[in-house]
Amino acid sequence: MKQVQDFSVVDYHRLNADNYILTLSSDASIENVNPGNFAEIKIPDAPEVFLRRPISILEVDQKAKTIRFYIKAIGKGTKKLGNLAIGSSVNIVYPLGNSFTILRQKRVLIVGGGSGIAPFIMLASKLKKENTDVTFLLGARTKNDIFLTDEFSNYGEVLITTEDGSLGEKGLVTQHSVFSNNFDFNHIYTCGPDPMMKAVAKIANDKSISCEASLENMMACGIGACLCCVTPTINGNQCVCTEGPVFNTKDLQW
Amino acid sequence: MVNLEVNIGGLNLKNPVTTASGTFGFGEEFTDFIDLNSLGGIFVKGLTLKNREGNDYPRMAETASGMLNAVGLQNKGIDYFINTIYPGIKDYGTEIIPNINGSVVEEYVEVAEKLNDVAGINALELNISCPNVKEGGMAFGVSCPSAIAVTSAVREVFQKPIIVKLSPNVTDITEIAKGVEGAGADAVSLVNTFLGMAIDANTKKPILSTITGGLSGPAIKPIALRMVWQVYNAVKIPVVGIGGIMNATDAIEFMLAGASAIQVGTANFIDPQVSVKIIEGIKEYCQNNNISEVSTLTGGLIL
Repeated sequence: MKQVQDFSVVDYHRLNADNYILTLSSDASIENVNPGNFAEIKIPDAPEVFLRRPISILEVDQKAKTIRFYIKAIGKGTKKLGNLAIGSSVNIVYPLGNSFTILRQKRVLIVGGGSGIAPFIMLASKLKKENTDVTFLLGARTKNDIFLTDEFSNYGEVLITTEDGSLGEKGLVTQHSVFSNNFDFNHIYTCGPDPMMKAVAKIANDKSISCEASLENMMACGIGACLCCVTPTINGNQCVCTEGPVFNTKDLQW
Repeated sequence: MVNLEVNIGGLNLKNPVTTASGTFGFGEEFTDFIDLNSLGGIFVKGLTLKNREGNDYPRMAETASGMLNAVGLQNKGIDYFINTIYPGIKDYGTEIIPNINGSVVEEYVEVAEKLNDVAGINALELNISCPNVKEGGMAFGVSCPSAIAVTSAVREVFQKPIIVKLSPNVTDITEIAKGVEGAGADAVSLVNTFLGMAIDANTKKPILSTITGGLSGPAIKPIALRMVWQVYNAVKIPVVGIGGIMNATDAIEFMLAGASAIQVGTANFIDPQVSVKIIEGIKEYCQNNNISEVSTLTGGLIL
């Protein structure tokens, strides 16, 4: 069930100047969260940030009563959220949105670009339990923008592309050799910049396999009330916050 | 005990706190967060005769103390509301008040006729102030003759209370209010959003797909409050106050300015439980001030 819940900041793990993992804890129990779900976070003590910020949930730990977010500080909200005192209270509405399909005993490729890697640790952990074989393909501009590879490698092979060639293969994720070699995946999951997801969806379509993409449209409410975050689909305009954020790319009219 | 009941032109509400159209869906979106039965009423998402897909994304821009929206009345049409949505929400112990829209007078009339026959629908909000549609919408609400024409036409086919939602994008809102009062409106609700705009300096492009959109949130509250006060002093019918209400104090200010009830809008996006908190806050204010009837707050501004 969706909740409005107070948490407190217990830890920042700084990945570099702009990227961090925020861990929040609560006295109350943590709701069940599925891979792809997100939270609407109220930025505390920031009157200049009017709306909540929708942030994908990285992981939850029911026993420790913690929830983790991978956040790239790009705007005033995410910057402010990255500089709170330990112990600060943070109010979140969660879990929101739908989630990725958990396939059983398949071979899947998970393609993450830039900050679009947040849902994939939880996803991979669920897939592993279903004996699905996972390969990650992560893309970024440089090696300094590639994060969490250690955590990903717990669940499967990690392939990397960087635009400058500083790590892994040089180029865009869609140019990686994994797509030209013996490509035997049953399904692709993707999250990242729209052009990347569109290109990945096209490859999936060309190879006649299914593909799910998690979209990141601007939102106000996050619960399907304001109809601001819509994306065009074969069923008309749908809310990314409630009918998504995960869509079968065949349904999208990008 | 505080009596929180109010009457809006013949429509009884258990308390003066309602939710604004377009900010609360059809109520169902909020059932995880609050008990809908506690609300005075729910003004549901704007309805049109036929399905509307609304405007293209982006439809929203955050602004200082507020936001712009350009949704453009996305909805599945009046028949879908009556046959599919309403049966699921009609049994809540709160007034479900449809907000109706049209691009021509005949569309408003047809929608109102359909709603007139629905048991449990005890009033409608006539939206002549949507700034985000190309035809109709706000066009009706910014000229007195057209506001009167659409109100009179709907009055002929709808036998229950009509609340006309006014646009603030006019030279003198009291003229429009007086016009619709004369045309048979039982109440007015104000204000709808202010026409605004946001630009991305980096791309030099407008943020909204429609270039302009409707501004809401606390940024507009002082202007909305002024307009409620002006209209309260200009008409005899009740006024429903809307505009940046974030808490019980804001709601009480609107009542003191002349509102008989209020609508909570954009605040629902920030805190899905805010409407219930506002009801509690109004009750507490009344208790602390020895007010036994909340309706006595209306127009209680001391000059």
